[in-house]
Amino acid sequence: MADQPPITFYRLQGCPYCERVTRKLGEYDLEYHSRFVEAMHSERDAVKRVSGVRTVPVIVDENTGVTMAESANIAEYLDRTYGEEAGA
Amino acid sequence: MVDFEVSELPPSEHPEEGETAPDFTRPLVNREFWEDVSLSELTAEGPVLLVFTPMDGDFPATYVWNELRDRAWDEGRDLQVVGLSISTPYEHRGFIHEREMEYALFSDPANDVGREYGIDHELDGMTGISEPRPAVFLLDADRTVRYAWVAEEWPDFPEYDEIEDAIESL
Repeated sequence: MADQPPITFYRLQGCPYCERVTRKLGEYDLEYHSRFVEAMHSERDAVKRVSGVRTVPVIVDENTGVTMAESANIAEYLDRTYGEEAGA
Repeated sequence: MVDFEVSELPPSEHPEEGETAPDFTRPLVNREFWEDVSLSELTAEGPVLLVFTPMDGDFPATYVWNELRDRAWDEGRDLQVVGLSISTPYEHRGFIHEREMEYALFSDPANDVGREYGIDHELDGMTGISEPRPAVFLLDADRTVRYAWVAEEWPDFPEYDEIEDAIESL
């Protein structure tokens, strides 16, 4: 797709772990593209193909080449990459 | 001869052949996920058949998509077939699975795209719900309308053979 933001965010509607990542992306004013996946864990093949797991959230960050699952890990990654400490 | 009454619909002001179809961005639902996609992103890749149907559920949308699935105009051809209705992404997902179809469907619950295309239809007896009337637009890579069909009565179904001719003369 043309002109896609570099971050793709695999998420579920109303999933608190996903919302945590949403807030963090907003905090750092990062542009991202949302991909909403199947609620049924067993049917989440789209996520499995990119990340190797069927859990959400997952982000794919083309800025850094990072693909990451688990909201705590993602939050920490975003802090490290785009927060105050980044480039310090 | 039909042995039942169909309702005539008032004239519509839709994009005609040779005009540029309005662009829009809406969640596009496929078998596995949905994401915001613009019509212009699809046409940038080649011709697009944009199919407006009644909401997912009973016979109107089902008949249209069974027919399009069986005709498979996109197979072996540079053409994308894509749908749009007022159904939510969750309904689209279920519909796609039930129909065992590969086509993706745009979700436009507020019917803004239907209004933008001049084909909105207030449903009798479903207060507060409007949807696009059945319509088919064949668009080339710069969103120019190469063929347009819009329902003039309710219910009504696309002229499949005419569409096929239009696709073949792209």
